Amino acid sequence: MLPVLTLSHNDWSLHRKGPIDLARHNAKVKEAIRGDLPAIVGEEAIITADGDRVVKIPIRSLELPRFRFGQNDQDQVGQGSGGSRPGDPIGQTPGANAPGQGAGAGELPGLDYYEAELTVDEIAALVFEDLGLPFLQPKEKQQLKSEVPRFTEVRRAGPMSNLDKRHTIMENLRRNARAGRPRFGGIANDDLRFRAWEPTVVEENNAVIIAMRDVSGSMGEFQKYITRSFYFWMVRFLRTTYTNVEIVFITHHTEAKEVDEESFFHLGESGGTRVSSAYQLALEIIEQRFNPSFWNVYAFHFSDGDNWGVVDNQRCVELVKTILTHANAFGYGEIQQHSRGSPTTLMSAFEPLSDPHFVRVKIGAKEEVYPALRTFFGPAAGQPASPAALRVS
Amino acid sequence: MLVQEVGELEASLPAILDAAQRCGLDPFPVHFELVPAAIMHEFGAYGLPARFSHWTYGRAYQQIKTFYDYGLSKIYELVINANPAYAFLVDSNSVLQNKVVVAHVLGHVDFFKHNAYFEHTNRQMVEGASVNAQRIRRYEYVHGSREVEEFLDAVLSIQEHVDDVSRVKPRPPEPQGRRQPAKETAYDDLLYLAAERPPEPVVERAKVPVEPERDLLLFIAEHARGLETWQRDLMHIVRAEQLYFRPQMKTKIMNEGWAAFWHARIMRELELTSHEYVEFSRMHASVLSPSRRQINPYFVGMKMFEDIQARFGMERAMEVREVDSDVSFMRNYLTEELVEELDLYLYRRQGDQWVVVDKDWEHVRDTLVSGLTNFGQPYIAVEDSDFQDNGELLLQHIFEGQELDTPYAQRTLEQVFRLWGRPVCLATQRESMPTVLRFDGQAHTVQERA
Repeated sequence: MLPVLTLSHNDWSLHRKGPIDLARHNAKVKEAIRGDLPAIVGEEAIITADGDRVVKIPIRSLELPRFRFGQNDQDQVGQGSGGSRPGDPIGQTPGANAPGQGAGAGELPGLDYYEAELTVDEIAALVFEDLGLPFLQPKEKQQLKSEVPRFTEVRRAGPMSNLDKRHTIMENLRRNARAGRPRFGGIANDDLRFRAWEPTVVEENNAVIIAMRDVSGSMGEFQKYITRSFYFWMVRFLRTTYTNVEIVFITHHTEAKEVDEESFFHLGESGGTRVSSAYQLALEIIEQRFNPSFWNVYAFHFSDGDNWGVVDNQRCVELVKTILTHANAFGYGEIQQHSRGSPTTLMSAFEPLSDPHFVRVKIGAKEEVYPALRTFFGPAAGQPASPAALRVS
Repeated sequence: MLVQEVGELEASLPAILDAAQRCGLDPFPVHFELVPAAIMHEFGAYGLPARFSHWTYGRAYQQIKTFYDYGLSKIYELVINANPAYAFLVDSNSVLQNKVVVAHVLGHVDFFKHNAYFEHTNRQMVEGASVNAQRIRRYEYVHGSREVEEFLDAVLSIQEHVDDVSRVKPRPPEPQGRRQPAKETAYDDLLYLAAERPPEPVVERAKVPVEPERDLLLFIAEHARGLETWQRDLMHIVRAEQLYFRPQMKTKIMNEGWAAFWHARIMRELELTSHEYVEFSRMHASVLSPSRRQINPYFVGMKMFEDIQARFGMERAMEVREVDSDVSFMRNYLTEELVEELDLYLYRRQGDQWVVVDKDWEHVRDTLVSGLTNFGQPYIAVEDSDFQDNGELLLQHIFEGQELDTPYAQRTLEQVFRLWGRPVCLATQRESMPTVLRFDGQAHTVQERA
């Protein structure tokens, strides 16, 4: 048989195999990142980045393993364009300034894991996936309302980007049918339909968060970093999830004061510590500005727990109890890099306080910021922790 | 491509085929399909259209697409070894570019038809892969796509470990299980009324496989106890497709070189306008451009065939394309003069730079050959399927001087465990000591053997 050559040119526009498997790959990337969130949330590079900046996250589990030789810098064959001589440099090695961070990456050469590229916003979306304010209650008066655009109507005119394909096709079918041609085709301007929106008012429960931060001299670099990291994610979470949340920032050493967001994150002061001053100020602010019958009130405090003596610790306990009569929840985080187990920290003073609305965490490492976020805002927060706690409440 | 351009290309096909046949090429019939670049990227990622789905192909697709989007690389054609052969052309390329590609494809198809390593390949693989994909989709429907995906992950981790020589060399028959002691009956005591009962014979364990088995996929599919039928079928599917691609991996330099050699020749036979000739030369040069850190198979292969033709004549070149693979091709026909002319060298990492270290032609040749042997991958063979009398799988790394990447080997063992269902061991060499890596489903152990 003589060989014959034939040629065809078909329509491939509906062929989508590659994109579908790519979508599965990307879903696996997100799965892997979800498993690695504690390390990612603790990463300083992410906290300092803008929302749309792309960060690279090494993911090892996305490399199918196989039996292969170790990397022992064997000779390889290359090809020059003529006249190359031993000693000629032919390029920079990729490992020169690249090898990634990330757990366990050290045992492998720089290029052997898949590097996912995500924006900080995408990571944040994964972090916040199932977080919410605990004990959120409807309050008497819906002070703040937000407008949300909702597509509710179909019109004959509008921007092409809002083209309603489904209705357009139906109009086309209808028009063709009227003309005795029961099929789809030949879309005319008359067939075009566009989606139109109108603003819908959504009522939200008002909430105020009082963020308190210890800036005293005993707070080391690590403690400051953890505080900043936690509040960074918390503020970001609140702002992206709720449209109407107010945040009050308070810093304290022996004196407490209300500050703006900028100084809250960047203030570095020194001096002794009197935590009760912050709690006192928080209480005053709640009483003066945020009537609990209108507001869901939350208070958070991060400190190294190194307070000014037992007397003030006792005052703190009393103040927390008072604040809890107004607030939905009170969260306290104590940061100690090397657990000294000092019996005089604030945490130990809070020991007898058993109220499910009072949530406390200890943070000893960067990776524990994410679990702390989940303790305060995760799906389990706001649920009675145990039958015992249930009886107390 | 405009409709009239498609017509122009179609009209030129007989002339191209005629030129090829006049020069002595003998390809299968070829069906060409014009596709958009995105579809070409996809076929490039999967190797076969309508092949089964897996996320690793999705990633390969993304990488090819990204390279194309940034202008770093471009796929001109994809040709499938089948009879009739299928070839895909990019519909956004010019008529002349696609004519060159048609000529190039004829070189490939002639190679598929005549090279000995392709003799046993499945020439209906396009349909075969599509049927396989449908079967796997059915398994996903029945057993859940997550379940199928995880099993495929494990199978694909060892997909390179198939053995295409097994077709040629029959396996020794397998001993049937262990030797059983004779069955006891109620009258046994009568046999030994006078004499002492003889001691039970020592049961010699019959080792399976009798000889080390390099086809891990086949051996595990046939001998793992806990696998379900669909799982064994998945392994056979992956293996069949791997065996289909093997000859292409084995003859990459020859095949590309042969196709480049022929597209250059055929284009010279066609009457090109000077404008077309410039366009052809530019494309030819870009396909053949050398790369500093790896060899360009088109360039090296083409130069070698040109050299063979010049020194021994066309008949010899035809013979080489029939009987050789890359390893023997390089070993037999890469000469000192060629290494010099092609400016091949050995390079190595020095500090944070790659540096040319050696230009000795024999060193270059031997390094190339050793990199091509078994595709640069370690030889692993099944040594025992009842290791330590415990149903454990013992794999043997056939050591040839280069040690394994231990973390990778351990992670691969985890995947093998998933297939085998019992502890798996790998005997290898680590830091110059014979070592057994073992994974029991929970933990890894590393044991040095004296």
